[in-house]
Amino acid sequence: MSAEPGRRAGGGNGKPFDVVGRTHERREARGHVTGSTVYIDDVSYPRMCHMKAVRSPVPHARVNGIDFSEAEKVPGYVTGLTADDVPKNVYTILCLIGVEPDEENVLAEERVRYVGEPIAVVVCETEEAAFEAAAKVKLDLEELPAVFDVEEALESDAPIVTHWGTNYFVYEGHHCRRVRYGDAPAAREQADRVISGRYQLSPIEHAPVEPTGCIAKPEADGRVTVHTNTQAIFFSLDNTAIILQCPPHKLRFVGGTVGGGFGGKVDVIVEPLATLAAMKTGRPIKYVYTREEEMQVSSTRSASRLYVTDGVNDDGTIVSREVTTYHDAGAYSRHSPYGCTKHAANAAGPYTIPNVSVDVHCVYTNRTPSSAMRGFGVTEASFALEMQMDRVARELGVDPWELRLRHAYRNGDDRPYRKTTEDATLVETIQAAAELAGVELSAELRAMSSDDRAGKGVAG
Amino acid sequence: MTVLRGRGIAAVNYPTGMNLGGDPSQALIHSTPTGAFMIVLSSTDLGQGLRTVMAQIGAETLGVPMETVHVDTADSDTGPHCMGTFASRATHRVGNAIIEAANEARDALLDVAADELEAAPEDLEPDGEGSIRVVGSPDRSISVTDVALAAHFKHGRTISGRGMYMKPKSDVVPETGEMDPDSTEAHACTVAEVEVDTETGRVRVLSLRSAYEVGRAINPALVQGQITGGAWMGMSHALYETTAPYYPAIDHGPTDFNHYLMPGAPELPEISAEILEIPSVNGPFGMKGVGEMTANSPIPAIANAITDAIGVQITELPITPEKVLRALAERDGAGDAHVS
Amino acid sequence: MAANARAISFELNGESVAALAKPLETLQSVLREQLGMTGTKAGCRQGGCGSCTVHVDGEPTLSCLVPVEHVADREVTTIEGLGSAEEPSPLQAAFHEGFATQCGFCSPGMIAVASALLERNPDPTPEEIGEALAGNVCRCTGIAPIIAAVEDAAARMREGEEVRT
Repeated sequence: MSAEPGRRAGGGNGKPFDVVGRTHERREARGHVTGSTVYIDDVSYPRMCHMKAVRSPVPHARVNGIDFSEAEKVPGYVTGLTADDVPKNVYTILCLIGVEPDEENVLAEERVRYVGEPIAVVVCETEEAAFEAAAKVKLDLEELPAVFDVEEALESDAPIVTHWGTNYFVYEGHHCRRVRYGDAPAAREQADRVISGRYQLSPIEHAPVEPTGCIAKPEADGRVTVHTNTQAIFFSLDNTAIILQCPPHKLRFVGGTVGGGFGGKVDVIVEPLATLAAMKTGRPIKYVYTREEEMQVSSTRSASRLYVTDGVNDDGTIVSREVTTYHDAGAYSRHSPYGCTKHAANAAGPYTIPNVSVDVHCVYTNRTPSSAMRGFGVTEASFALEMQMDRVARELGVDPWELRLRHAYRNGDDRPYRKTTEDATLVETIQAAAELAGVELSAELRAMSSDDRAGKGVAG
Repeated sequence: MTVLRGRGIAAVNYPTGMNLGGDPSQALIHSTPTGAFMIVLSSTDLGQGLRTVMAQIGAETLGVPMETVHVDTADSDTGPHCMGTFASRATHRVGNAIIEAANEARDALLDVAADELEAAPEDLEPDGEGSIRVVGSPDRSISVTDVALAAHFKHGRTISGRGMYMKPKSDVVPETGEMDPDSTEAHACTVAEVEVDTETGRVRVLSLRSAYEVGRAINPALVQGQITGGAWMGMSHALYETTAPYYPAIDHGPTDFNHYLMPGAPELPEISAEILEIPSVNGPFGMKGVGEMTANSPIPAIANAITDAIGVQITELPITPEKVLRALAERDGAGDAHVS
Repeated sequence: MAANARAISFELNGESVAALAKPLETLQSVLREQLGMTGTKAGCRQGGCGSCTVHVDGEPTLSCLVPVEHVADREVTTIEGLGSAEEPSPLQAAFHEGFATQCGFCSPGMIAVASALLERNPDPTPEEIGEALAGNVCRCTGIAPIIAAVEDAAARMREGEEVRT
């Protein structure tokens, strides 16, 4: 089933590669520099209509009513959609890999949980009319108390964001994703000193220059073609089919040229409603995010908060590492339950530490949902742990290069998630960076290798 | 006014592939009647150059010139399944699928060539320039074009291949976190040099010098593109960007590029990088995914450099002038302080 | 079409055109929706990203902020008028060969601004290039390759390649 990787192709064994390893031009880039590359907003069809969303202006509220009467009077108004129009009004994009429970609605039913949550969409013949009609839809909302801080959200008196009653994702009965290797609390007790830090990231917007969008076009044979700038064609198609309760083969998703992704175009956020409206109206529907929606409605990187506690001996050995991460998922799961698991695997860093304990809390707050972004789950680990390594080095008076090289994982080492390390090359990478930066490492550090588990220079 | 200099380092890993696997990708390859090759995918190019890299992998495996290989992608009607472009997975999964498909197509190509040349397929090799020749007898050769024509119209054979790569999905053991999260690990180490103006709190990144270990650089210029673009984005994360300047409060969130701060040309540091290639056990031609890692190592390197400069750790991003000034005030008022 | 739309005539990439524009309809909208010039992009429609930059009488202009009435009887040049795949301008060749384009969405705007810069300053410093491009957002390349490409194009042009504007 799987390919033999690196099987020598071309002329035979031992010869250099002909094509791989060389810089080749990007043929499609000729279209980029001449303006002829087609992005989804460049696609247009006769009788095409425009969709815009009606969004919650408050972070937490009960939805008591939606009134389209003024919106319907806007010239060019075609239709409006609410929760009742969505065949399966559940937007659980990770259901494809078995993640439960269902929670987010495609269009809000009786509650909204973040500023910007879509409650309805309008479809009009021009974009101006759609903006006007969306603004004229009247909402009857009853505000509820909201919670914004991840640790406050876990307190017993916090307003509950989710429908299942806890502000955290339940991982097989646990309130967090766990990694337990060795006995970190006991090792910490035995250690000469304890060094701790608190590290906080900020929510980051992907900010691609091309906004998220799609065009859904009904075809004469009953299928729908969706031009989309998604990063994942089949992932988006399958989720759309589930939401619309239609056979997946009825949909054709076309794309492949994305004006910047960075993880922000895997939320399948525009295709289901545009396709639904296309099916309902029989007309092509364009639904493209405004820049304001990109900035404040579309998902962000999670503003994770990490607490790292290391048990350290005076000889410079880190004997235990405990990491507690609060991952701010915002109001809904999106990719966060998965991202927290990925983070848990990387939360102790590319270092061999004999006792590791990781708790990753996937926390819900009344904030814009966070989701995948370049480095998902690892960016925050790298940030926190590399600052922590410097903190340890500083407190011990150990050279920061030496601390890292001594603890860098070697091939054959156990990872905290109990996988045997292979493809470790951190030692060589650190050595190369030192040389590039003009830093002279000691002979002992220069002699280290990822394949030499013994040569770690740790005092016996 | 004092300008303080500092240097900081960060060493990181980055896993290739969707955590825990179960993220397959497929490729189909077929020859046109005149011996050009179409690689059919459903993968997306975000600007990283996927189409070019996939064509290179296909051309190398088939043994044909790059100019004769074309990539047709992202139509769910014609392309086989691909999970998508994220998690630094595309070149690894799709590349491996292409190698499998290309090997099958290559075998068919050599089979037909063998018939045409009256030789054994195992005695033949593509020359990488558009012909198939008998090893050791370069005058006994036939063009790929002629082989394809013969296959299509004389032998009634297809020259095509199918490929799929999937790391099987593994589950997490809930109690211990035992899992198999990734296919391979790439690594990076960045050294940042900064200047901190103690009067304004502004941080200038002077240089970012990094080593990136990527398994195999299939297309060096495209790897460099990720390095340069990633370094800028990492610096942007460290010092400028946020959708919630008063996080966790939701007020004053930026709604346009004027308020969502990102560095411009005057803020660019000197960026130098060394690319290391230590082939992975399972990547196509040993490659490892690089697109995300390049934005990760600069962030803590810059934060550590600021600490080196001012003697205080600022552990909350972005490290704005306001945070620097508050840290300096705390440092001077309260001795060695941590701002977090 | 609304009853209060009116015809606006101007020169587009060297040819006379007329568009039927609603009041305050932007030049960006007319170019993209009516005149088929989709090379000019719509990244923000707030004047903040520069991806909609065109030339009006040779001056780089944010087409998303300009009512089309503003260009009546004037010369508008879009990316389509600055070169083609068959005959790329030195800037387009330099961007392509120098890998100064990744997702490509900012490239038409960048090239429009750079083209106007090189018209008035054939030998700009990297700082001058950076300042000229300050209003253009690129999220992919890290900007440095774009500045290098403009320098490269300027060198090619000084060595006598034909300039197309």
